[in-house]
Amino acid sequence: MLQSYPEGKKRSAVVPMLIYAQDETGAVTAELIEEVAKRCEVTPLQVDEVVGYYSMLHRKPQGKFHVQVCTNISCMLVGGTELYDQACKKLGLGHKQTAADGVFSLEEVECMGACSWAPMVAINYDYHHNVTPEQFDALIEGLKRAQ
Amino acid sequence: MAELVKVKINGQEFEAEKGKLLIEAARENGIEIPAFCYKEGYSLQAACRMCLVEVEGTPKLQVGCTLPVDVNRDGTPMVVHTESDTVKAARKSTLELLLTNHPLDCPVCDKGGECELQDMVFRYGAGESRYTERKVHTPEKQWSPVVFFDAPRCILCYRCVRACNEGMGVGALGIGNRGVVAEIIPNKHDHLECDECGACIDICPVGALTSGIYRYQTRPWEMNHVGTICTHCSDGCKTTLGVRDGEIMRGNNRDSSGINGEFLCVKGRYGFDFVNHPDRLQTPLLRNAAGGFDEISWAQALDLVSKKFTEVKSKNGKFGVIGSNHTTNEENYFLQKFARQGLGTKNIDHHRTGDLATLFDALSGKTDALASMQDVYTAKAVLVVGSDLAQQHPLLSFQARANYRHHAAHIYAVTTGEVREDKQAVASVRVQKGGELAGVESLRDKLKAEANLVIVFGDTVQGDALRKLVAFGDSLGIPVKYVGLVDYSNSRGAYDMDLLPRDGGLSREQMLAAADLDVLWVVGANPLKSAALASKNACVVVQDMFLTETAKAATLVLPAASAYEKNGTVTNVTGEVQKLKQAIKVMGTKTDLEIMGSIAKEMGLNLGIWLPEKMLEEIRSTVHGYNVALPVLSSGAAVATQPLNGKVAALPGTIGSAGDTLFTSGTLGRYSKTLNSVMEAPGSLYGGKDH
Repeated sequence: MLQSYPEGKKRSAVVPMLIYAQDETGAVTAELIEEVAKRCEVTPLQVDEVVGYYSMLHRKPQGKFHVQVCTNISCMLVGGTELYDQACKKLGLGHKQTAADGVFSLEEVECMGACSWAPMVAINYDYHHNVTPEQFDALIEGLKRAQ
Repeated sequence: MAELVKVKINGQEFEAEKGKLLIEAARENGIEIPAFCYKEGYSLQAACRMCLVEVEGTPKLQVGCTLPVDVNRDGTPMVVHTESDTVKAARKSTLELLLTNHPLDCPVCDKGGECELQDMVFRYGAGESRYTERKVHTPEKQWSPVVFFDAPRCILCYRCVRACNEGMGVGALGIGNRGVVAEIIPNKHDHLECDECGACIDICPVGALTSGIYRYQTRPWEMNHVGTICTHCSDGCKTTLGVRDGEIMRGNNRDSSGINGEFLCVKGRYGFDFVNHPDRLQTPLLRNAAGGFDEISWAQALDLVSKKFTEVKSKNGKFGVIGSNHTTNEENYFLQKFARQGLGTKNIDHHRTGDLATLFDALSGKTDALASMQDVYTAKAVLVVGSDLAQQHPLLSFQARANYRHHAAHIYAVTTGEVREDKQAVASVRVQKGGELAGVESLRDKLKAEANLVIVFGDTVQGDALRKLVAFGDSLGIPVKYVGLVDYSNSRGAYDMDLLPRDGGLSREQMLAAADLDVLWVVGANPLKSAALASKNACVVVQDMFLTETAKAATLVLPAASAYEKNGTVTNVTGEVQKLKQAIKVMGTKTDLEIMGSIAKEMGLNLGIWLPEKMLEEIRSTVHGYNVALPVLSSGAAVATQPLNGKVAALPGTIGSAGDTLFTSGTLGRYSKTLNSVMEAPGSLYGGKDH
């Protein structure tokens, strides 16, 4: 992976390396930070800064289905906040919480760039557009059955 | 020199180097553009938005700290306004935003009175806030015995992060999280593992980072600020001691006016606390028949010493005099004069920590061959041989790093283990102790290509090896300067003031081994820590601050003042003389100069007036290379000296560094509570040690 970066710019690989590693391991652990720091020739603290900054990098494992509800302005105007409340109720979870069985986790997120189809929900990497509370419930039920 | 262009600031036309940052160009012409995050010499951040200026022809306000000076596209000069109404309004808004979560606890904040944020709000007046939300508050954190962090006060200027990364080369601080909850984080999650140098505290424009020993102790305006020279290692940093009611409250870098600029290490900043250690001696002690000590008066003590010295002198007895690496030039000069003229002995020495005699002899006939502290910052290349600079000579290490950062200097290291210089080094060579020359030789081709070179070497290079090193330097065909490392604040001065066993005098080891020694006079040294005294009947007179191993073996102990309690001069590792300024007095102690002068008076000797100024006058007229300019010295600046340029006879005795680390400092370090409290924290950061 480091070969894609110019000489002396290994630190640029920190973010993608963390994302790929997180997909494999489920969370950014201390060992992972050490390893990425070593490979990218930066200090573990510098990797830590990145992990703290980006909300898509998690220190704790998420559920199998990580439900992200946007409550930024575009979504909020068309019911994003209500959708988030519904999600809390349906899943019995709060912001950045993971269910005990590890199936679902919930997060209130900032804009994910799908304002045209607000309100929107992302589950793992999949976007769901123009979601109503009813559709949300159906979505969750579907996932429960699927797993 | 770069091309000059015209720039118009606040209606006045100036010339400035093209490409120079506007904030710098303005400053050079006496116009201050306020800034928090901008700090000269560090990378640009543009995080605080305080330095916004109006540039005609540009629709929005520009950031003065990242804007290079240039002419407009049509060739007309840039027209800048730094104090227009728009700019003032913008700064006021910036301050309002910076104060959003600031606790405004100025009445109890350590920084109150010397806070840049306070000053700016005072100037631009953000007297009211339109925010009604709850302030984000997080409790203060202690990161080490000496570093505390108060997140709500922090304005996220990143100065500490850059100072630690770039200046110190440690990188112990970072920024965690983002947005309103972003805060400075230490490298070990909840604590720091670093040099504990406190540069982050010094550079913090607000009271977010505070010092564990100074916080909540006093107000800045209640102190007198005494600029003196640190008494620990030989680098000679200026430390400004904040003194209140005869007590040192803090050491810092108040005006950055010393040879160290903004640098201070843990010792310079916190290592003054030995002065009021409970074990400090405050009365003369005389050994009693039971083997213990009795407290006696100064009058009795001086009487006893002078009688003993006179008696031994009159029967042609054998004296041994051991001087100190910490006492002033004036004291060292007076001591050798006392020994040679007053006692008639040649047996005078001190703990020599670097082979200066061989260095000066090898450089005989050369001019300008000794590097100054500034040279380490300006040389095109720096070669470090056999020393872990970051541990033992933190200022030299800082200078080399700054040279690399600012001038892209080529750094080379030839050491027995991993050193901090490796990170900047073009080449690092690992050698066995004693194999330094071979390591240096392997760099020959690279070094030959340099424009000039400063070689900094430790005590592992001495005698023949040192001559070979100088011969190697000569063979490169480029200008080479040397820094011969020595350990302590006046090690170089002790050599220059001739505390040396010249002309057949006994060396330190020989004195200790001489079974017929009648008097051993030790001034501020601890030779019996590692050796035994052979002469069982010797009268041992010790001047010291503490009951050291040597003092414990003494017949008579005289309590001495520390460097922070006296005036005088010291010479640092690069041969630069600087003035010590008395900060406090400790009851019952006398300066070594006064003690020696009093003994001389009691003995009826005339060795000159024992005032530092008088002794300095004598030094200036008699010691080679010390005819320093007094006005320069008095202003607090460092003045270079030049040792005798000629053959130097070889001296008996051994030479060796005490191998102190960043957190030890011989006897002084043992009595510094703060240095001992942080000692165990770092260590793993540095791989190998040379000693």
